[in-house]
This record gives sequence, structure tokens and C-alpha cells, in this order.
Amino acid sequence: MATNILMPALSPTMEQGKLAKWLKKEGDRVKSGDVIAEIETDKATMEVEAVDEGVLGKILIEAGAENVLVNTPIAVLIGEGESAGDVQVAAPASAPPPAAASAAPIAAPAIMPAMASAEHEPAMDAASDDGRPWSWDKAQPWAWMAAGAETSDITMREALRDAMAEEMRRDELVFVMGEEVAEYQGAYKITQGLLQEFGERRVIDTPITEHGFAGLGAGAAMAGLKPVIEFMTFNFAMQAIDQIINSSAKTLYMSGGQVKNPIVFRGPNGAAARVAAQHSQDFTPWYSNVPGLKVVAPSNAADAKGLLKAAIRDPNPVVFLENEILYGVSGPVPKNDDFVEPIGKARLHRAGKDVTLIAWSIGMTYASKAAAELEKLGIDAEILDLRTIRPMDTGAILSSVRKTGRCVVIEEGWQQSGVGAEVVSRIVEHAFDFLDAPVLRVSGKDVPMPYAANLEKLALPTIAEIVQAVRAITYR
Amino acid sequence: MAVAAKKASQASTNAKSADSPRIGHKSVGSWTHQQDMAAYREMLLIRRFEERAGQLYGMGLIGGFCHLYIGQEAVVTGTRMMLKPGDQVITGYRDHGHMLACGMDPKGVMAELTGRSGGYSRGKGGSMHMFSIEKGFFGGHGIVGAQISLGTGLAFANKYRGNDNLCVASCGDGAANQGQVYESFNMAELWKLPIIYVIENNRYAMGTAVSRASAQKDFSRRGISFDIPGEQVDGMDVRAVKDAVERAAQWCRGGNGPIILEMQTYRYRGHSMSDPAKYRSKDEVQKMRDEHDPIEMVKTRLLANKVANEDDLKKIDAEVRAVVTEAAEFAQTSPEPDPSELWTDVYA
Repeated sequence: MATNILMPALSPTMEQGKLAKWLKKEGDRVKSGDVIAEIETDKATMEVEAVDEGVLGKILIEAGAENVLVNTPIAVLIGEGESAGDVQVAAPASAPPPAAASAAPIAAPAIMPAMASAEHEPAMDAASDDGRPWSWDKAQPWAWMAAGAETSDITMREALRDAMAEEMRRDELVFVMGEEVAEYQGAYKITQGLLQEFGERRVIDTPITEHGFAGLGAGAAMAGLKPVIEFMTFNFAMQAIDQIINSSAKTLYMSGGQVKNPIVFRGPNGAAARVAAQHSQDFTPWYSNVPGLKVVAPSNAADAKGLLKAAIRDPNPVVFLENEILYGVSGPVPKNDDFVEPIGKARLHRAGKDVTLIAWSIGMTYASKAAAELEKLGIDAEILDLRTIRPMDTGAILSSVRKTGRCVVIEEGWQQSGVGAEVVSRIVEHAFDFLDAPVLRVSGKDVPMPYAANLEKLALPTIAEIVQAVRAITYR
Repeated sequence: MAVAAKKASQASTNAKSADSPRIGHKSVGSWTHQQDMAAYREMLLIRRFEERAGQLYGMGLIGGFCHLYIGQEAVVTGTRMMLKPGDQVITGYRDHGHMLACGMDPKGVMAELTGRSGGYSRGKGGSMHMFSIEKGFFGGHGIVGAQISLGTGLAFANKYRGNDNLCVASCGDGAANQGQVYESFNMAELWKLPIIYVIENNRYAMGTAVSRASAQKDFSRRGISFDIPGEQVDGMDVRAVKDAVERAAQWCRGGNGPIILEMQTYRYRGHSMSDPAKYRSKDEVQKMRDEHDPIEMVKTRLLANKVANEDDLKKIDAEVRAVVTEAAEFAQTSPEPDPSELWTDVYA
């Protein structure tokens, strides 16, 4: 009985990978547990072990093949007495799981399970899949782009790594510390290669000790070093939040300006995919609440690089909130080693006249896709990428809303006391007379993140909800 | 000597069962009359300062929390004697004694207590949050145990820079039960960071006696599972404190990593100013004052050895009182911070 061996998923967010190498050849006998192949993503290299016993009857995907989708048959295992010549390639196990099959036509990008993969990560909006994680349609160029800077297309993962590496080359006081940042090369491969370049003095694996190493980092910063503290995810930073707030954020003030805390706390924040309530929380509003902290949440590779470099150079503690879903997304980044983006400045992503969509981090993927949908309805949306949550670029928010008179704020986290609530409040306080309709929020639902694929999809904001909100306030 | 610290510790550790507390280290090492004189003046300054702080608190001039150091003076005084420029000191909220021992100006400390612009934090920190980078004092931290992680970071910076400095991070017997203390112990030993963890065991965490809160009452053993050596020290005897810190400092500066010193001490006053003092008897406090007072012990010795006579000591007393009076006056006449100070120092 022939069995298909399928391309495995290495992580909750993996959708495709490279079949790097076959370690068995056709005709080889394999036992369960034997390593038969190696596969790679941009994040990791993993060995594929045989689950069943038999003979490797036929290799379907040759070594070196790139972009092999998860669940694609890569080989056929045959039983005793069968010969490779008898093998009929079994039908690809391509049926997506029930949740994806029954998904609403407009699906949120963050939540497609790995097995229901589209071609690029993150999984695409089924209704308007243009093969990209978001729409750059009508995108406004960055200043450096308009100025003709030389760029290369790199992922946000690479951009973050390059930012740290460049700053470490520039300033001996900068070091990176966290769980699995050195030998493992980063749990999400953000610190790939740093140990090799900078050595174990400056790229430091910690024990699983968030509270302790956050405090150690804050203390080292008090002594004048410039730590970059990686949290494997910000969910774990709750163990350390006392040191971030009570020590890092407040010491300058409590010391009458004597003791600075030049430190960056960074790592992925918010929902990844299918990792459920304890690993899927958006902490942006928590840190946004605290004077003394700066809070950055980039949506793309260029901003990630420019803002992380700015954060490392900043004399204040910066909470730098990344997003796992966005790590693999590529974008143009200037090649200049001195490229920094200013903290505290929003970026006009798309100019429009009918409504302002305000988002940041992964919220930008929803906003940009929603704008494309809205255009089909004849609604011209402007999109503002906040980029920095604290200090918040109130001026940019107000000038856009004063122009359009309408606004929807998009936030993956919970609505109550969220960043969206703050944005709405500033608009109402300072631009009330310019509003033609209530300002609405499209947010994560007020529940802990469920595990089930269909429920997770329901818990996150959707493009349909944004379109609906815009239609409600434009009366169309 | 440094190696002896670890060996001695291990030897005594091995000889003891877990539930028999060891007697504080009584070794006084080399100790001179001049050191007695210096310690007398220093400890007296701390005590008189704290008494005056208590008085100002009672007058409503100091607000909020105010944790007095009276009774524990020998710990910081003996410790400071063995530190050198560039070493860092960090502690919790019972911090006035540490600041004075670090050589911070009593005027600036007292004015911070009264929340005035002449205070070390320009009135924005208060009793629990004062710093002087110039004097190597890194606070002054209000969250129980947080200073141990922070101090471990200061020691990390010393190692990172490859200098010969160490950090003394102090906490009380109560803070010694916080989780992050052990996270820090682990990293400090793992990376051989130059840090002396001083656990000031004054027997009560607020109102909870050590025996009611600590499964392992010998705090010098709290590093055993990380292979960090420790010693119990008679924290009422400034000579024993200095001797233990001298050996500990050699240990740290020799690249051997952290060491723990449990200073067995006692606070005469309440946990803070609003302490009902129901958890211990007046007799217990009085007995400690009568038999183990750190200042009286030095005074007795100075007189017995004829290093000083009563008049000499009275003169020191008067000088110390003058310093404290001047500090108290400054703390009351220094203006409140300008309202514009509300908005400064939020960001660098």
C-alpha cells in the first residue's frame, strides 16, 4: 500500500519551504524515525523523519526545489513486495481543513492555518488575492524612496537583523540578550548570524528568566550599556513587565534626570497563528499607557529597520513590538547603513479623500486590503500607518481626519482601553468639528484567543468588518 | 583569602544540617583604631540623620513611605570601607543609610525626603528613589527584589567593560524570597559576574518574622543550588562586616563570580513610619539595643582602648548633630520644585 510523504510544516506560520536535500534515495528501505530529507524555510532548517516503514518508492520533489507548499506530496513510500514501477502517484492531499474550506470569502491574513496555504506568507485574502500580503496600491513613497535611494528587497526578519548588526558595528556598547538569540540563531531567526559576527560577549543566550534578564538589562543600561533585550514573544514579557515599567520607564524621572535607560525591549507581539490565548495577545496598549517608554510597531521591512536603528540609538527605553506574521514579508529597504526612520512620526501609506483608515503593525495588512475593496465600491480611502504608538503622531492623525471627515481605526488587540480608543479620543477632542460621522473601531473581539481555526478567524478583525464600518460611516 | 571564602563556606555548609542556623561570622580581621573612629562617626551620622528624618516625618514634612535604617548602621558602614571608586551600590527602599555611607550629601538626601528642589532627584523621587552616579549609588528602588536584577546588570556592565569594579546589591530577608533574586543568582554565577549580594537579615519582612516566611532561614545558603558561596556575618559588628566584605570583594575581583553575605542585623524602628509593632515585643528590641548596638560597641571599644575619651566622642557627636541640623534646615528651606519640573525628565 503506497503512502504519500507530505511536505511538513515546521511552525504555526509556515506555508512553504525549500526541499534542501534528500538523505535517502529511491529504493532505500526506511524505518520510522529515519531522517529522509532536510527542508528549509527562511527561519529554520529541519530534518524530515519517516513516520512509516517501507521502501522509498519514488521521489516526487527533487532536492533543491524552492517554495514547496506544506502538505504537497514529496515522495511515495511503498510496502514490501511492491515495486517502484507500480507506484501511481497518489492524489495530492490538498483538501484544506474544514475551517479554511468554510471560510468567509474575505479572510483575515493572520489566521489562515498553515495547511491551507497560498503561495506566500502570510496567507492571502481569498477575495482579493494579489499574491502579496497587503496592497501597495496607490502607496505613497517614503522620502528616501522619492529621493531615489538605492534599495534591496529584504524580509522584515532580515531588516531587523541588519538593523541590530549595523548598530552593533557602529557602537561597541550595543549588545543583544535573550532566550535562544545566540547559538540557536533566534527562536524566529531574527538574530541569525549575530553570534558569528560579534561573539558570545555581545550576543548572549539567557536562561528562561524573563524577569531576571529584563532587570539585568535595565541595570546594564543604567551603567551606560545599550542592551537590546529580545523576548521570544511579548506574551512572556508579562513576567518582566515590572522591570520594563517600574525600572526602565521611571528611573530617569525618579532620579531627577540623572540615570538614563537606553534599552530596547523587542520581540513579536500579538497573534501569530493557532497558538491560542496565552501566546496571542496584543500588548500595545499596555506599554502605550506608560510615560517614559517609547512604543514602536512597524508594519514593513523598511520601517522595521529604520525604526529599530532609531530605537537602539534612542537614550530612552523603547518597547519595539514586532509581528511574527510579518517577519517573512519582503519590502524595499535602503541600502544605506545610516538609514534611520524617526520615532514618533506616522507614515501616509495611501492618499485618499473619503475616509481615513488608521492602523499600525499587522493592522496595515487589513487596512491596505480593505482600501482595495473599498475602491471597487467607489470609496477612496486614505491610510495612515502610525508606526509609533508612543509618542503618537497626533498631528498626522488630525490632518488626515480634517481632510476626510471620517475615520476607522484598525487594531488586532482588544477594544476596551485599546490604542484605538486613544486615537478616537484625540480625534474627538481636536477635530470634532471636522467629523461627518462617528469614528469607528474594528478590533479583536473581546475574548481570549481561541485555538480552533474558525473561532480564531472570528476573533480577529476582518477586511469585511472594515469595509462594513466604512460603508456605515460613508452611508454607502 | 578569597579562595578561603569559598572553601570555608563549603566546609561550614557541609558540616551543618539545613535547619541549624550557623552563627554569624565573628572574624574581625585586621582592624585599626582609626577605622573605629571613622566607623563611629559614620554610623552616628546615619543614626542621627534617621532620627531627624523620623522627627520631620512626625511633623508632616516628609510624606509617603519612610523606612529608617536605625540599628543596621554597621552593615553599610563596614561594607563601604572595602569598596573602591567605580564600584556600584544598589539597594531597596531602606536606603538612606546606604546613601550616606556612599558619601552623598546629607542635605541633598534630606531635601529629597521633604520633596524639595535641592534633593538628589529634585524632589521627584522621594525616600525610596534617590541616585548619585557620581558616588556610585544606583538607588533606591521601591519594588521588593528588583534591585537584585538591576544590580546584576550593573555587575554585567563591569564585566562587559572588562574593568575591575564590582557591584554590591543589597536586599532584605523579605526580598530574598522573590523569584527574580534567584533568576539573577543563576545568571550571575553562570557568567561569573562581579557582585556581592548582601542580604540584610533584620529578622522581619515588614511584620513577618523570618521563621514565618522562609523555609531556609540561613540566607547564606540561598545560593547553594547555583554554587554561589555564602557567609553569615555578624552585621551588628562593623569589624566583622568589613572583614567579610574584604574577602568577598577579593573573591569577586578575582573573577570568581558572585558571593552572598547574610548580614545578621536588626532594625529598631518599625518597617515604615506606620508600623503597629505588634509582631515583636518591646523587650526584644530593648535587649538588642542593650547588648548588640553597633554604635555602642564601637564607643565602648574606643573608650576601653583609650583611643578617645568621653569629651572627644561628645565633640564628634556635636559635629554630627550640626551636620544633621544643617541638612534638616536645608530640607525645609529649599524650595519646592518648580511646577515646570512636572514635565521634565520623562524622556532623555
